Amino acid sequence: MRMKGAQVLVELLKKEGVEVIFGYPGGAVLDIYDALFDTPEIRHILVRHEQGAAHAADGYARTTGKVGVCIATSGPGATNLVTGLATAYMDSIPIVALTGQVFTHLIGKDSFQEADTTGITMPITKHNFLVTKAEDLPYVIREAFYLAATGRPGPVLVDLPRDVQQKMIELVYPEKIKIPGYRPTYKGHAKQVKLAAEAIQEAKRPLLYVGGGVIASGASDVLFELATKADIPVVHTLMGKGAFPESHPLSLGMLGMHGTYWANKAVMRCDLLIAVGARFDDRVTGKLDTFAPHARIIHIDIDPAEIGKNVKPHIPIVGDARMVLGEIVKRIEPITHPEWHEEISAWKKEYTPKYRESDRLLPHHVIERIYEKTKHLDTIVVTDVGQHQMWAAQKYPREKPRTWASSGGLGTMGYGLPASIGAQIGNPDKTVILISGDGSIFMKIQELVTAVNYCLPIKIFVMNNSYLGMVRQWQGCLYRGRYSCTRLVNPDIAQVARAFGAFGISVTEKEDLDRAIEEALKVTDRPVLVDCHIAEEENVLPFVPPGKSLDEMILE
Amino acid sequence: MEHIIAVLVENKPRVLARVASLFARRGYNIESLAVGPTQDPNISRITLVVAGNESVLEQITKQLYKLIEVIKVSDFSDTPVVDRELALIKVHAPSNLRGEIAQTAEIFRARIVDVDEESLIIEVTGTPDKIDALEQLLRKYGIIEMTRTGRIALARGSKSL
Repeated sequence: MRMKGAQVLVELLKKEGVEVIFGYPGGAVLDIYDALFDTPEIRHILVRHEQGAAHAADGYARTTGKVGVCIATSGPGATNLVTGLATAYMDSIPIVALTGQVFTHLIGKDSFQEADTTGITMPITKHNFLVTKAEDLPYVIREAFYLAATGRPGPVLVDLPRDVQQKMIELVYPEKIKIPGYRPTYKGHAKQVKLAAEAIQEAKRPLLYVGGGVIASGASDVLFELATKADIPVVHTLMGKGAFPESHPLSLGMLGMHGTYWANKAVMRCDLLIAVGARFDDRVTGKLDTFAPHARIIHIDIDPAEIGKNVKPHIPIVGDARMVLGEIVKRIEPITHPEWHEEISAWKKEYTPKYRESDRLLPHHVIERIYEKTKHLDTIVVTDVGQHQMWAAQKYPREKPRTWASSGGLGTMGYGLPASIGAQIGNPDKTVILISGDGSIFMKIQELVTAVNYCLPIKIFVMNNSYLGMVRQWQGCLYRGRYSCTRLVNPDIAQVARAFGAFGISVTEKEDLDRAIEEALKVTDRPVLVDCHIAEEENVLPFVPPGKSLDEMILE
Repeated sequence: MEHIIAVLVENKPRVLARVASLFARRGYNIESLAVGPTQDPNISRITLVVAGNESVLEQITKQLYKLIEVIKVSDFSDTPVVDRELALIKVHAPSNLRGEIAQTAEIFRARIVDVDEESLIIEVTGTPDKIDALEQLLRKYGIIEMTRTGRIALARGSKSL
């Protein structure tokens, strides 16, 4: 059957199982939008800025495990996607971004709303395509979805010139695609798996260090099996939150710059570190030379380039976390490490985070109360970036994968609100909680319109300390308290929310907090923003200053 | 240490840009680069000369493999190879010195490919050392301009990438 390129595109999206697209129309995507007009099977969510579309697709992908799809027009539409794509790329999140492009005969002529989209996004996508022949379109779309979702997932962009969208072409669905240079390794090398199993069997003080790769590969159940069978404590990265239940006695919480005291201690003391789907990021390792100094290292990752990039492992295994862990579990006998756990318990007694008493609202307390009031619900927690993100990571435990969405690698302020929209659209029956800050929320506040438009009952908690808190903390610790340009003079944020049509609550007194949270949970037809006026100069602790070793934590 | 890396890529638009930009953004230096078609019209071959220790080279290779259009990467460090570069050198050549220059060129098995009243263009192929040596000898006559290709290489014997 012959139809316009744009219609072929939409038919192929349906074939790929796309149910939702986040986008913003414009001149160079008119044909796609015209085709979507006749496609009730695909729900289009109209955001208010293209960056919001990319983050929403990202939040959707992280919390559903499906590929997120976003659309933007050429030129400024496409450049607005850039931060969202870079965010997804750093955290290996599968997204297909469709961008309009000027007519092929106008490319390179500085035409109206022209930008070199594939050139700009080359370093921040897993791959990108500029379709110059309409007949290639079916193959490109198929490849784009395949590349985004397989191997190490990531964003893929397809740039579609207007004439490609308009040309009449045959609708074909390529059953087979051929990408000669792309063959991800899923199955771990048998010899390496055997070595890993032996090392685990022999270790006295083993430690699992798990990252986002565990969630991407759906390996949580086998991870649980391995940890419990071989009695191995687990530390997770920010991206690995939810990969292993945090309430389990084997969970030591997050490691790294703002990790728990005992997680970092365990890294420094373990004799075997099993890294799974994690990449030894500088925020995790601190000073690299002194990271896990007594440990042999097993590194399991699907991306061969991650192995040996920062740390040279003793036992490298390239493969899918789920498959490799499954093979390892089969080869080990149950074992326990009571002495190791005694050491860890001693650290837990040695230091428990003490929070000062104050008449003001304290951030840890706010997050604890949100947790207490929502822990019985089926929740997804989304964060922005900054102090509140670390407080949320420390104080809001997660038990299951895909219940936590936070910009880890890129650290994108403004991620939270649009990502929570994507999360709520993808999970209409769950309670989506966004923990944000007074800095981050204003980076993408316009998406509150989107949340109101689609009646999304997202619970937004703004940790408002009238500071760009994390930067202020660094200025305090590392720049002798010279608070340069970090003081924020904000409007009444609850009023702002109300003006957008959301429910707005302001909390300044401790005793009002619980009631505000309860009230927020009652709202079901629109977003609620709870503006929490927390003490202004609280720091995130523990804190491993940049470039320091993990045992050089600042504790108070 | 200097490494010659041969990369087989799909012959598609922007693939060279992807390879070059990968080197730029990961902070690796390219000392020389040559690209051209192979016997298969769908596949091009890029030859890179790069400096770096073993771990840098390992990362470069792995990062190259991550590019979707890269099919095969081979480091020729431990392989006997035939490697060649080509240079065109336009040298100042008044009639009284022409014989001497032609003689020098002949020693290097270089060819004179253009003659003018004032100048000659000499074509030379060989290893970089050989081209350096000829360039050095021609300097005293005055090199007007010159251009060198990137190095290309094939492993000796009947095996292929």
